Amino acid sequence: MKAIRIPGGLSFRAEPRAMAVVGGLAVLALAAGVVLIGTGDFTIPPADVISSLLGSGSPAQDFIINELRLPRVLVALLVGASLGISGALFQSISRNPLGSPDVIGFGQGSSVGALIVIVFLHGGTVAVSLGALVGGLATGVAVYLLAWKKGVHGYRLVLVGIGAAAMLTACIHYLLTKSTLVDATRAMVWLTGSLDGRDWAQVWPLLVLFVVLLPLVLVYGRPLRMLEMGDDAAYALGVPVQRTRTVLMLCAVLLNASATAAAGPISFVALTAPQLARRLTRATGPNILASACMGAALLVVADWGAQRLFGESTLPVGVLTGMVGGVYLLWLLVTERRAGRI
Amino acid sequence: MQRLSAESVTLGYDQRVIAKDLSVEIPDRSFTVIVGPNACGKSTLLRALSRMLKPSEGQVLLDGQAIHSLPAKKVARTLGLLPQSSIAPDGITVGDLVARGRYPHQGLLRQWSPEDERIVQESMAATGVGELGERYVDELSGGQRQRVWIAMALAQQTPLLLLDEPTTFLDIQHQIEVLDLCAQLHEEQGRTLVAVLHDLNQAARYASHLIAMRDGEVVAEGTPSSVVTAELVERVFGVRCQVIPDPQTGTPLVVPAAPRRAALVG
Amino acid sequence: MLVDSPPQSRDGTTSAPPAPTAKRRTLRAAGLFASVGVLVLVAVASIAIGAKPMPLGDVWHGLLHSSGTANDVLIHDVRVPRTLLGLLVGAALGLAGAVMQALTRNPLAEPGILGVNAGAAAAVVSAISFLGVTSLTGYVWFAFLGAGVVSSAVYLLGGSRAATPVRLALAGTAASAALYGYINAVQLTDSAALNQLRFWQVGSLAAADAATVTKVAPFILVGIVVALLLARPLNAMAMGDDTARALGARPTRTRVLSMAVITLLCGAATAACGPIVFIGLMVPHIVRAITGPDLRWVLPYAAVLSPVLLLGSDVVGRVITRPAELQVGIVTALIGGPVFICLVRRKRMAQL
Repeated sequence: MKAIRIPGGLSFRAEPRAMAVVGGLAVLALAAGVVLIGTGDFTIPPADVISSLLGSGSPAQDFIINELRLPRVLVALLVGASLGISGALFQSISRNPLGSPDVIGFGQGSSVGALIVIVFLHGGTVAVSLGALVGGLATGVAVYLLAWKKGVHGYRLVLVGIGAAAMLTACIHYLLTKSTLVDATRAMVWLTGSLDGRDWAQVWPLLVLFVVLLPLVLVYGRPLRMLEMGDDAAYALGVPVQRTRTVLMLCAVLLNASATAAAGPISFVALTAPQLARRLTRATGPNILASACMGAALLVVADWGAQRLFGESTLPVGVLTGMVGGVYLLWLLVTERRAGRI
Repeated sequence: MQRLSAESVTLGYDQRVIAKDLSVEIPDRSFTVIVGPNACGKSTLLRALSRMLKPSEGQVLLDGQAIHSLPAKKVARTLGLLPQSSIAPDGITVGDLVARGRYPHQGLLRQWSPEDERIVQESMAATGVGELGERYVDELSGGQRQRVWIAMALAQQTPLLLLDEPTTFLDIQHQIEVLDLCAQLHEEQGRTLVAVLHDLNQAARYASHLIAMRDGEVVAEGTPSSVVTAELVERVFGVRCQVIPDPQTGTPLVVPAAPRRAALVG
Repeated sequence: MLVDSPPQSRDGTTSAPPAPTAKRRTLRAAGLFASVGVLVLVAVASIAIGAKPMPLGDVWHGLLHSSGTANDVLIHDVRVPRTLLGLLVGAALGLAGAVMQALTRNPLAEPGILGVNAGAAAAVVSAISFLGVTSLTGYVWFAFLGAGVVSSAVYLLGGSRAATPVRLALAGTAASAALYGYINAVQLTDSAALNQLRFWQVGSLAAADAATVTKVAPFILVGIVVALLLARPLNAMAMGDDTARALGARPTRTRVLSMAVITLLCGAATAACGPIVFIGLMVPHIVRAITGPDLRWVLPYAAVLSPVLLLGSDVVGRVITRPAELQVGIVTALIGGPVFICLVRRKRMAQL
């Protein structure tokens, strides 16, 4: 841990390795984003992409890049970062590596909302997003209220969450069996998580929410580190335990719900990104920034792969996040075992 | 008026009441030790004094104000606690863990001043873990780990320090080390210490003020020599004993009666 | 334990469970007896009640003196196998969940975490898409194979003997992640596969017939017996490997046996009727709220109450949307979910 001091009494603390990881992942995410913009039916070399992004490209390329492909990549970056943060928060709050929003029902809530719109109302993309947002937030609020009893405790919240998740999963399966095959296919694409056809309309709400919530999350990230030592120890050090938990939970739910509304419940990013980030930084604490960058990098790389790896047919990105995240996690488990950690 | 006191508090968990209408004052600059048999409510009282547990009636006062109405960080700069069970985060080093004790003194823009650095070093030196700074907490022995946690509580630099059974799980050498350390903090730095201890003899040796509890009530309090008598030990612990002066310190030394062995030796 | 304990238990005086007195034991035995009674009632209801209303006399006739009337055939070929399958699958899932949670000391553990469901689904979707298998009964062996292979692989990746709860959970999650990627990819490129898998994935007893029952019954029965025998060693393991060893238990053997049992029970159950997640996850929690953490009681209770929930839900599913029926996987979750949440709120959940 290194300290940085600025004259005037200001001082900050950071782990050099963690900073390097955050920087490296951010660069990786952005570079992958540039490559992704160049990818598609009409291939554009990275240098041209950059000159277009800087405002000095040819008009034809400008249109393709700025109107068609940039929004998709921005959505990917923002969704990945949001999922990474929300996963990091949930895992830290519940002190459980399985405590991701997928496990405790928020993802399923969004899915039920979206599927109702798809199956019964046959709504368009925006309506589906709206349905997902409502479903996710309603589930978040319901789980939180049901777990509330003189304060919310991590253990009770997780248990209530898995109860809700089980019910909502049943609803998802039911809705899938009740739909026509066409609707079911559409629902399946949405459930897998996809970035196809995302435009600026999806970027703005995500961006605004992200910009508002990130500072809040970072400010409360410091007390959250203290919470890792147990409620008593944190409280003794002057951490407002309940407030920290409530604020961060709300942030995590909002980030997760907005990400899901924009791109569907992209599986396992929230679960794996913090775990991967943590293994790279080897730092304690929720590793918020590293998780965010890891999530963004993971999602952009996965989207590139989903467009390129399957020949003619491009698949929804969620197919690949699952495979990439899963295989990487397995690889980590094997190598770490050899190294004697865990 | 003492800095820390409990005024007719009722304490309990959910429906179960552990202590009713309990009043306690912690004398300033004392080394107060709370003793009593298992389940007498001594840890519960300590939890209430450290605001971990909110009394259902009555209140705990810190500097004349209800402790639960004060901002958490402000209290944490005055009153520190060494809880019985804390979780060391995965893969944290000793230095980083002790540094976390500085949390109540830090802010978003003042995360690590030279003073923080100095106090952390001092706290680690004082508890004898100065050499372990880069080691991982998971790798340490029980005694070392406990000293690291005490170092963290010290780094908090509070005039009042509450310790919940600080010697549990330690061997006799480390028990004495920890208690000597507490005595030193009390005598040299003038801090007020409140500890829950199991060993009555150690309590009598180190405490300047003793509180004896049974069934959620304070049975006796005062200096060890006035509190620890054969009659009181039997009343509180239900053990017949003889009290003799400690050959090392002159404080009361409880020698429990041993009916079976006595009969054997004859 | 991976999650922190409730704040109440911090105080040393409240955490010790009260010693089991004779009265408590009698109470628990009586409770178990009553549960068996309820199970019998539910089983009878499952035979008597269905999409086609039938007088009780006909049910009795069909069971004992079958003479080939339409109702007799219905009883024999449809309702009895379905009830038997419900009993077997329910008991299998509940037991597997309880063993799994005890083994990993994680309240979130359920057989699905080992990759059982993902493995079965991957095998089924491959069978549909690449081998052209179309009948529900044709899936059984594939699902079983997939569940077995994947959960064994997860166990090996999780570190086999040195498997810690966290490693096991992470390995299972990782394997599931990878497999669901594959499953979704196949479903999205092959809509016939999607069309069949969406009905398999719900979890249903509707396709039960005598052939399916005889296929899975031996596996499940063996699994049930072994699981019940594991109660004592698992009790010892609850206090950590060292204490278990000191008490004369053999942690490694217990762990390997438990994993085998979980695979056997869940593989067979999932093969027979698709993934039913709820029972393995939550029935153990509900049971522990009644019995406390002693597995010698938890396991039998789970074995009895799980089929009560499963069969009960199946009956409800047959009745509420008559003449159509609601799949049992959905009904269990919708009935069990609120019960579970209520319990979480009202009681201090018994710890593992």
